[in-house]
Amino acid sequence: MKARLISWIVAAVLLAALPPLLLALGQPFYLDLVRRIMILAIAAISLNLILGYGGMVSFGHAAYIGVGAYAVGILGFYGFFNGWLHILVAMAASALVALAIGAVSIRTSGIYFIMITLAFTQMLYYLGISVAEFGGDDGMRLKQRSQLGIVDLNDPVQFYYLALVLMLLSVFLIHKLINSRFGMALRACRSNEARSRAIGFSPYPYRLAAFVIAGALCGLAGALYGNHINYITPSLMTWEQSGDLMFMVILGGMATTAGPVLGAFALLIVEEVLKGWTEHWQVLMGPLLILSVLFFRRGLAGIFYKPDA
Amino acid sequence: MNRTIRTIVAAVATAVFAFSAPVSAQQKVKIGFISTFSGPQGVMGQYMKESVELAIEHLGGKVGGLPVEMFYGDDQFKTDVGVQVAEEMLKKNQVDFVAGIIWSNVMMAVVPVVTGANKIMVGTNAGASPLAGKDCNRLYFSTSWNNDQTPEAMGKFLTDSGVNDLYVMAPNYQAGKDMVAGLKRYYKGRIVDEVYTKPGQQDYQAEISALRAKSPKAVFAFYPGGMGIQFLKQYDQAGLRGQLPLYTVYTVDEISIPAVKDAAVGIYETRYWSPDLKNAPTQKFVADYKKKYGKLPVFYGAQSYDGIMLIDSAVRAVKGNLKDVDGMVKAMEKADFKSLRGPFTFNVNHHPIQNFYLLKTEKLSNGDIEMRIQKTIFEKHKDSYFQDCKMK
Amino acid sequence: MTFSLVFEQLLNGLQFGVTLFLMAAGLTLVLGIMNVVNLAHGSLYMVGAYLALAAAQWTGSYLLGAALGLFGTLVVGMGVEVVVLRTLYDRDHLDQVLATFGLILFFNELIAIVWGRASLFASPPSWLSGHIDLFTGSRYPAYRAAIILVGLVTALILWYVVTRTRLGMLIRAGASNRTMVAALGVNIRLLYTVVFGFGAALAGLAGLMAGPIYNVQPGMGELVLIQVFVVVVIGGIGSIRGALVGAIIVGIVDTLGRAFLKPLMATIISAPAAESAGPALASMLIYLLMAVVLAIRPQGLFPARG
Repeated sequence: MKARLISWIVAAVLLAALPPLLLALGQPFYLDLVRRIMILAIAAISLNLILGYGGMVSFGHAAYIGVGAYAVGILGFYGFFNGWLHILVAMAASALVALAIGAVSIRTSGIYFIMITLAFTQMLYYLGISVAEFGGDDGMRLKQRSQLGIVDLNDPVQFYYLALVLMLLSVFLIHKLINSRFGMALRACRSNEARSRAIGFSPYPYRLAAFVIAGALCGLAGALYGNHINYITPSLMTWEQSGDLMFMVILGGMATTAGPVLGAFALLIVEEVLKGWTEHWQVLMGPLLILSVLFFRRGLAGIFYKPDA
Repeated sequence: MNRTIRTIVAAVATAVFAFSAPVSAQQKVKIGFISTFSGPQGVMGQYMKESVELAIEHLGGKVGGLPVEMFYGDDQFKTDVGVQVAEEMLKKNQVDFVAGIIWSNVMMAVVPVVTGANKIMVGTNAGASPLAGKDCNRLYFSTSWNNDQTPEAMGKFLTDSGVNDLYVMAPNYQAGKDMVAGLKRYYKGRIVDEVYTKPGQQDYQAEISALRAKSPKAVFAFYPGGMGIQFLKQYDQAGLRGQLPLYTVYTVDEISIPAVKDAAVGIYETRYWSPDLKNAPTQKFVADYKKKYGKLPVFYGAQSYDGIMLIDSAVRAVKGNLKDVDGMVKAMEKADFKSLRGPFTFNVNHHPIQNFYLLKTEKLSNGDIEMRIQKTIFEKHKDSYFQDCKMK
Repeated sequence: MTFSLVFEQLLNGLQFGVTLFLMAAGLTLVLGIMNVVNLAHGSLYMVGAYLALAAAQWTGSYLLGAALGLFGTLVVGMGVEVVVLRTLYDRDHLDQVLATFGLILFFNELIAIVWGRASLFASPPSWLSGHIDLFTGSRYPAYRAAIILVGLVTALILWYVVTRTRLGMLIRAGASNRTMVAALGVNIRLLYTVVFGFGAALAGLAGLMAGPIYNVQPGMGELVLIQVFVVVVIGGIGSIRGALVGAIIVGIVDTLGRAFLKPLMATIISAPAAESAGPALASMLIYLLMAVVLAIRPQGLFPARG
């Protein structure tokens, strides 16, 4: 336990040391890259709660990135720039959407669950495309980034540290949640549904609660992501985006604390490196992903730890 | 345990730095050129890139007397991807100019990013009307046109030829709306219906069925690039060609003609440039382009060629001092280069004041299908938005 | 809204529907028999379109090109089954989704390397590039009429194979209880490869016929993939009959929704509201349909199991 804490502290310190270093080297682009990775890591952390610990294969998690980002964009469109309000609305709206999607989807299982979560996200995607007021297909540039008072999101370095702090906070909160009574119940539902029913609790409310919490946390990531690209667009909600988030979780290691973070870094850095090599990086990325699914089932975190569950 | 983690994090950090390019000491011009290189519209980007390369060849491999490095970016016909590509060019490649962009919606999203970084944006196709009017910017130049201008010429032609019952079709995005607005400014007859389709749509059969049910006397369409190829073919396959006259802007061109062949014959277009325009720079451009690529160039390429020439004139004027952005803007305003459209001037909004011609697709005696200029519709035509532009 | 227009839009919907059916047939069998979620099914549609186009250019004959394209997709499909899919039979759906997602990236990029990222524009053969006269007095593209015909004939052949032949018996048995089929001594491995290969060829057929209507481009399969999954879920996993009914329902609902929802809504709500709500609802229609079907009949309209 102590070793893990120390490794987290080391990782945090290294990430905290990056901005002055990158700016000294005249490479603001890579600062943006790491910031993007950390924001998407928050989304992956939230997905891990339901996919990893809850065993629910949601193929529509990008929906909440979209809802979070649109919350920022739409509030800004009507002249509300208070960042705290943005975050509050982004999380609340995502939680509500997750409640609606979850309430229907969690009654199904297997392939049907995968398809119905996908279908709901497709609907939101088409909704985004159709609403001309907020840019429709084209999306829309934010009028202003969220105004948080203490942190200026227009300053890439301050935004970077905000993303870092929120990512670490998310790791911590999910870790606490998983080891609480609620978390144990959730994990119990995954490992043996019949037994948990026999002990006398129904998995449904636990799963739904986890689904909503994951949605809300991903909504936060969405609000940050909208600010990061300074733009909102329906393409945040494509099923390919949902697939990317799933890959982060799997690559890093399902149902582990560090997994989603490691996975986000690994996936996006490998992507960036391959892009540097060849324009046709996906022809290498595809087989790499297949191989990692086939032979690297426990993920990066699996090298170091046994799964928590 | 923490040692392994540390190694990993260190490895990650090294990986991040390993692919960061070393800062070059040599003075050169870096130009980012954004277009669409993938999907149905990718063929347009190809023509633009080829013309840019020919322009640089004509300049002896240098721009403004400096060695040039080009970065080509694919916007995939998506606004958000365009923004991402532009950000990467500005931050990672640290370009001095951004040029290109086919689509008005992408242009509207990218211009603030480029001008916000205090770099000059040279648009070589999209002519979104807000950028000619209220959102005009001192750092934004267009070597093409304002969207409304070409359909204005078509509108005038239709009115002059007595067409008075028209069905209107265009993709649902900034340029589609601009095109229809321009048409209506000069077309005075009845509009049966205005139909906006999804940008990038490939199958128009359902819309063609609906069109037929309305039985109009003529059809006006704006379908650039791959959309045009699909639309023209399907219009023909549905048996409408010859039955219902079709007037288009930016739909029949040197890109779509080889793909649709006879389905394009007889259709009228309006345009500011065509390969058969009689002036020396165009004749040289067309001859060299044919020799190098074995096909006719298209106006998308012509205005991209002009874009590079415009940048060349600006860098030359400030003697290679790329930090002198104001000096380069002043130089560009003079339009001091040999444009393929012939001599022209920039309006206060940095959009060209130029002629517009009527073109017709003809089957030549040797079987080739080419567009021919019929007559001039507007001379030194100004766009309808420059008065809203605050620049003087 | 005249009868002639409604009829023509119904034909358009039917044409879209039979294309969906050809893809759904393979997908539903693979899902029903092997219990594999194959996202890369759209890649086989793309491979079929490219191979047929290339072969038609090479041989100069549309039909020969189509035949070679079909055969090529069959071979590619069997290859994919042997190399990748086979290792996924014992895995859970999550692994299958992710691994086949990786296949999509690979195939799209491989095609882009060989043929470039820009679309190729395919044309129907000259003898199908005209139009036919409908009894309503309107004209309909001959090529689209041919697609409907080929689709329905293929459905008929499939129905015969599945219900009247030994292979079909094995397929049906596999879809309802595959452990039992294996226990009875059927070479299940070979059966899987054959079924997957023919499913791939059907997707290839859909792709090569769609080529002249849409563009032939990398990623073209993903544009229809999700709709095909909707068809499979609505129709019932593992059921060919379900795939046919589901595909025609989805094709017609989608096409009619896009054509008539906006004008219909404009008669109830204000025109500007209909202008934005109509297309939004039209594109969501098939997903709503799927949610409703899943809520009422979770196993789809024609479940194969049980």
